[in-house]
Amino acid sequence: MAKTLFDKIWDAHVVRSIPGGQDVFYIDRHLIHEVTSPQAFDELERRKLPLFRKQQVVATADHNVPTRNQHLPIQDPLSRSQVDKLTENCHKYGVELFGLGHENQGIVHVIGPELGLTQPGMTIVCGDSHTSTHGAFGAIAFGIGTSQVAQVMASQCLLQSRPKRMRINLDGDLRKGVSAKDVILYIIAQLGTGGATGYFVEYAGKAIRSLSMEGRMTVCNMSIEMGARGGLIAPDEVTLAYLKGKKYAPKGEEWQKAVAYWSTLHTDASAAFDVEYTFKAENISPMITYGTNPAMGMALNEVIPASTMEVDSQGMLKSLSYMGFAPGESLLGHEISYVFIGSCTNSRIEDLRVVAEYVKGKQKASHVEAIIVPGSKLVEQQAREEGLDAILAAAGFELREPGCSACLAMNDDKIPAGAYCVSTSNRNFEGRQGPGARTLLASPLVAAITAVEGKIVNIMDYVN
Amino acid sequence: MEKFSILNSQAVPLPAENVDTDQIIPARFLKATTREGFGKNLFCDWRYASDGTPKPDFVLNDTRYSGQILLAGKNFGCGSSREHAAWAIYDAGFRAVISSYFADIFKGNALNNGLLPLQVSEEVLQALINQVQAQPDTKISINLSEQQLHVGAIGLTVSFEIDAYKKECLLHGYDDIDFLVNQKEAIVNYEKNRQWVY
Ligand code: SF4
Repeated sequence: MAKTLFDKIWDAHVVRSIPGGQDVFYIDRHLIHEVTSPQAFDELERRKLPLFRKQQVVATADHNVPTRNQHLPIQDPLSRSQVDKLTENCHKYGVELFGLGHENQGIVHVIGPELGLTQPGMTIVCGDSHTSTHGAFGAIAFGIGTSQVAQVMASQCLLQSRPKRMRINLDGDLRKGVSAKDVILYIIAQLGTGGATGYFVEYAGKAIRSLSMEGRMTVCNMSIEMGARGGLIAPDEVTLAYLKGKKYAPKGEEWQKAVAYWSTLHTDASAAFDVEYTFKAENISPMITYGTNPAMGMALNEVIPASTMEVDSQGMLKSLSYMGFAPGESLLGHEISYVFIGSCTNSRIEDLRVVAEYVKGKQKASHVEAIIVPGSKLVEQQAREEGLDAILAAAGFELREPGCSACLAMNDDKIPAGAYCVSTSNRNFEGRQGPGARTLLASPLVAAITAVEGKIVNIMDYVN
Repeated sequence: MEKFSILNSQAVPLPAENVDTDQIIPARFLKATTREGFGKNLFCDWRYASDGTPKPDFVLNDTRYSGQILLAGKNFGCGSSREHAAWAIYDAGFRAVISSYFADIFKGNALNNGLLPLQVSEEVLQALINQVQAQPDTKISINLSEQQLHVGAIGLTVSFEIDAYKKECLLHGYDDIDFLVNQKEAIVNYEKNRQWVY
């Protein structure tokens, strides 16, 4: 029978189905971090359960870590205790930990792929919604809550009902200056924050195929922002080229076997989806968000919708008043004081290269604070090897050490109340980057140009 | 997990749509290593001014409203996977959230903590919100085994859907971990027969 890529992987991981429609679903790889794991380890403790398959669990510290002076003890006592707790639990249960100071440390969704821990056909979970990132390799990857973290620790399985299937096709070619981030912001703006709730999304089409692995990760990363359980992209030569030689990727004969299996991982021609959308890549422009959810996005040269002025069912006016914007307003020329380049959406080497290439020989505007936070130690090291650190420093950007940083205001990196921040992260919720902070989501290129100009501009005037 | 069978309570209306988990419990409160005590920070930035004084216009500070049911707008719980959101709502005394739409992960997290995410149609949700706002002492009854929601004051009775397995878990206070640990034999067999092992 013709099957979707999603169903092929799902079916291969069903241990058994139970009456009522749920499956005992096997998990190949379990990634953990300091915020959502302590209560799960406690649960094992409380029930006197062993960690069932410790070699399938990998840990890192990312959310709480400072991005300056990582060699010093963490200042904030609560953050420190959470990171210490992770270390303690990993030692006790024999889990491999890429903690602070380790050469493989970084944001959990950056290190999984770059170490080759993320592979096609796998099922991957983490107590973090952006686990959807790993779907870029043709894996079923999704975020789970802490109770489920404990379940996977205890049984390497979850009880899951199969989501519905959605395919989003992106035909044609992306225009110059338009990146993967713009693609996903555009799709989310089209479908809305709940537009894919209950679905697992496969991204397909020429424009998706033309993306690098980094770009594909950016797209899959933000699937959750339209409610999707996850997103995935069929593996191809781009995937194989990225994975080959990675630390934990199969080697030699194992690699050959893996490639043979991975080549079966695609949606069959006549397989059916519950819903399917098709967009044209040419219609996508560089995007920016103006509101307090990621679906409130528009092309840089558009104006904030005015049509919702009478009916405020979406809380549009509340959101705009938080942001200090008005319906019908254009954001062009709007002054910005912070630029944050980082997060599991856009902190990979390719993102840093895009920024460095643009700012080379230029200067950030004097009123802008521009920080750039690599997703991992490996990204940081690569950036230094390529000399990007010097270019960024010369342009007035501060290159930090890896972590989640200003994506979620849980560590020292926060945006002050009322300040505008153009951010390459994934969420512009109220207070996400600090109480009262105003976040505008955009691509690394838009962020870089904004930092130099000190205000929002139509970047299409700059890229040609 | 505590059992859930019948709940008869007043409700607190929070009709905003797309309430995300960063509003339910902001990230800066996620540094605890235990499950307790999140209730006091539930909706912190909506509930308190920056100096810590309660904002009088936020519904949790409105003394007319109380009860164990939260009436929430569409797409409640979107955003992060933090189970702390469900813990905070539960810790603040709620046992059920009624909405016309829940974000997936939040729904799962709620169910794993004995907090019933009860989905109704948009019309029913609106009727409930209107009624509770007009008459804050309105009682809403939820009967899980019958899968029924009843509001005597407006003569409304509607049935709701819930996964059969999850219903049993709530009724008996079981959680998935008990179930999964008992599947060990099947899991080990599965591992032996996997066509592809990473
Ligand atoms: S970078 Fe942001 S979205 Fe990504 S895992 Fe860290 S906190 Fe979550």
